[in-house]
Amino acid sequence: MGDFSSYFFGHLSEVWSGLAVTLEATVLGAAVALVLSFAFGFMANSGSVLARGVSRAIVEFFRGTSLYVQLFWFFYAFPLFFQYQLTPLFCGVLAFGMNYGAYGSEVVRGALNAVPKAQWEAAVALNMTPFQRMRRVILPQAWVQMIPPFTNLLIQLVKCTPLLWLIQAADLTTVVELMRTRTGETTSAYLTLLMLYFVLAYALTLLMNALERHAKSRLGQRSGARSLLRSRSAESTRAAGVTGGAR
Amino acid sequence: MGDALPLLLKGFETTLLATVLGTLLAAVLGLVVAVLGRAPTRLVTVPVRAVTEFVRSTPMLVQLVGAYAIFNTVEPLVIGVAVLGIHYASYVSEVYRAGIDAVPKGQWEACRALSMSPRRTWQAVVLPQAVRNVLPALGNYGISMFKETPYLAVITVPEMVSQAREYGATHFVYAEMFTLAGLIFLAASYPTSLLMRKLEKRLGH
Repeated sequence: MGDFSSYFFGHLSEVWSGLAVTLEATVLGAAVALVLSFAFGFMANSGSVLARGVSRAIVEFFRGTSLYVQLFWFFYAFPLFFQYQLTPLFCGVLAFGMNYGAYGSEVVRGALNAVPKAQWEAAVALNMTPFQRMRRVILPQAWVQMIPPFTNLLIQLVKCTPLLWLIQAADLTTVVELMRTRTGETTSAYLTLLMLYFVLAYALTLLMNALERHAKSRLGQRSGARSLLRSRSAESTRAAGVTGGAR
Repeated sequence: MGDALPLLLKGFETTLLATVLGTLLAAVLGLVVAVLGRAPTRLVTVPVRAVTEFVRSTPMLVQLVGAYAIFNTVEPLVIGVAVLGIHYASYVSEVYRAGIDAVPKGQWEACRALSMSPRRTWQAVVLPQAVRNVLPALGNYGISMFKETPYLAVITVPEMVSQAREYGATHFVYAEMFTLAGLIFLAASYPTSLLMRKLEKRLGH
């Protein structure tokens, strides 16, 4: 253990740069996923058969083919088809964003449907435009419901980022792997790496808890300060139901 | 290109084998974890919860590569199945736990009143009610496990994607092989997920 930890703390700047790549892929991937979630989620709820069909097809395609295959397709097959090589990080952001966007769209769809029908009707009765209805009545209520399953998807996304190592992006796993080969300390290297991901996942969970509390307080619902420190365990089964197979 | 498909299907067999064995392991291990989580002493429940939380919150790829490097004398497929099973057990245990929590308190009390042993209480009363609802969730986790089996390629298990990669690299048909592998995943996982959705509806979820 001694060897590895002294090497690790002696080369912290490398760890930071790896962590930065991992975080970059996470944040950008999550941003793409969020946009796609809403786009496909709204399309799945729209009145037009065409929009519903397109959304269904895209969502099922990205949920049905493995993320691993999608990522490798973007990295290895895309250049052969289109004569253009994407950077590893860009491939990651694209694959993570599309894959989790597909899962997220189910969350958005479910949450929109979960807002009581009377709320939609009341908004219509008040002569609100469809945009006002969404913006002022439906979305604030649906958003609160979306956050816990979104948190789960975000953690799943973080847990997929080590795939970047396989397409030669210099992410956290790549950096610690290099340290492992240099020091030859397998067990402590991997334990350290797992701990780093654990801390990262927990930090993101806390952030999302704060977001949920904020969204709830806007609806006049109070949640105790203890809810901020909650881990995801209690929510994961519910999310499994909502996302239909996302872990 | 003609000999590519048989090769992919051979890899597909390994993929399926890993998925089925992994799901079975997750189902059994998840149940054990859920029951242990209900143990009367914190000496058991706290470590069990800590370990599942850790396994659930860390990347499976790192767990897989780590286990492969540490247990380097064990057959890769065995390591792959074990890591898949343990990782998914941490999710499945939550499903069992919710199922156990849903068993009404009166059932436990009735068992006590009848002075049933804890073992009989679990076996005859609690688990039959709790496990019923687990099946659709287990199926869904099985599907997502299926889509994560390509990770096993990293530890040299000859599953479908590693076959595709190898063949693609020697015959310069990388793009075609990866596209084909993706389509096979879609062809297998989509009907299964439709089936699971039907099952869920029937059980009233």
